[in-house]
Amino acid sequence: MAEPMKIRATLQGDLADVRILILHPMETGTRKDSKGDIVPRHFIQNVAVTHNGKTVLDGQWSQAVSRNPFLGLRVKGAKAGDKISVTWVDNKGDKRTDEAVVAPAS
Amino acid sequence: MIDPSRRTILKCAGAFGALTMGLVTGLVVKSSNAVAAQWNKAGFESKAMAEALKALGAGTPVESKDIVITAPDIAENGAVVPVAIVSKIPNTQQISIIAEKNPRPLMATFDVSSGSEGYVSTRIKMGETSNVWAVVKADGNFFAAKKEVKITVGGCG
Repeated sequence: MAEPMKIRATLQGDLADVRILILHPMETGTRKDSKGDIVPRHFIQNVAVTHNGKTVLDGQWSQAVSRNPFLGLRVKGAKAGDKISVTWVDNKGDKRTDEAVVAPAS
Repeated sequence: MIDPSRRTILKCAGAFGALTMGLVTGLVVKSSNAVAAQWNKAGFESKAMAEALKALGAGTPVESKDIVITAPDIAENGAVVPVAIVSKIPNTQQISIIAEKNPRPLMATFDVSSGSEGYVSTRIKMGETSNVWAVVKADGNFFAAKKEVKITVGGCG
């Protein structure tokens, strides 16, 4: 089972600044392990971010996104307490969804 | 004639994975309704920037000063290159990131049409010093901007 994501959503005016950190190996399929065997490709293909249930960002990734990927975006028309939900699916069919609440501007 | 880039392609691309990928992709898309987007296989498997642009439907995008790429001038570690893209073009629908000299240039595509600002930031792997392109689709037209990032140690393998 995949590790939980870290999601921070902070209000900036009427924008929510969302920062997502996903724990995932993002193997390119070219790296070799200590025995010299090639590590199979294993990476996130689809990432979707929703704001109160409405999709605001729909991403497709290749293996060239770094290990433990970071994703930042800004959601329009957000209020404190709004729900941000993130779902990813990798090329092995593993998936994970996590939620966070938009925090008021500090 | 031996193409000098062939070596890097073989080393980095892991072309053997391409066949199995097709099967896996089909399964993923079918089994996941939560993430409705399909995966642009032709684009992500393409080995040259022109091919990737074609797969995006971009053809020859117009260079635009309204796209701002924030990335380091020199990245010591090619495995983690932070890239942020801001598009000030109205009705930005899609933002793609392409590293020109990577064995697989297309790295990521983000559909941002509904409700998020024309901004994404992420971290990418780069094999060698290269231009990073941001390709933006707005109102059905394609725009692009580039920034060179020098890589000290490649992040491919």
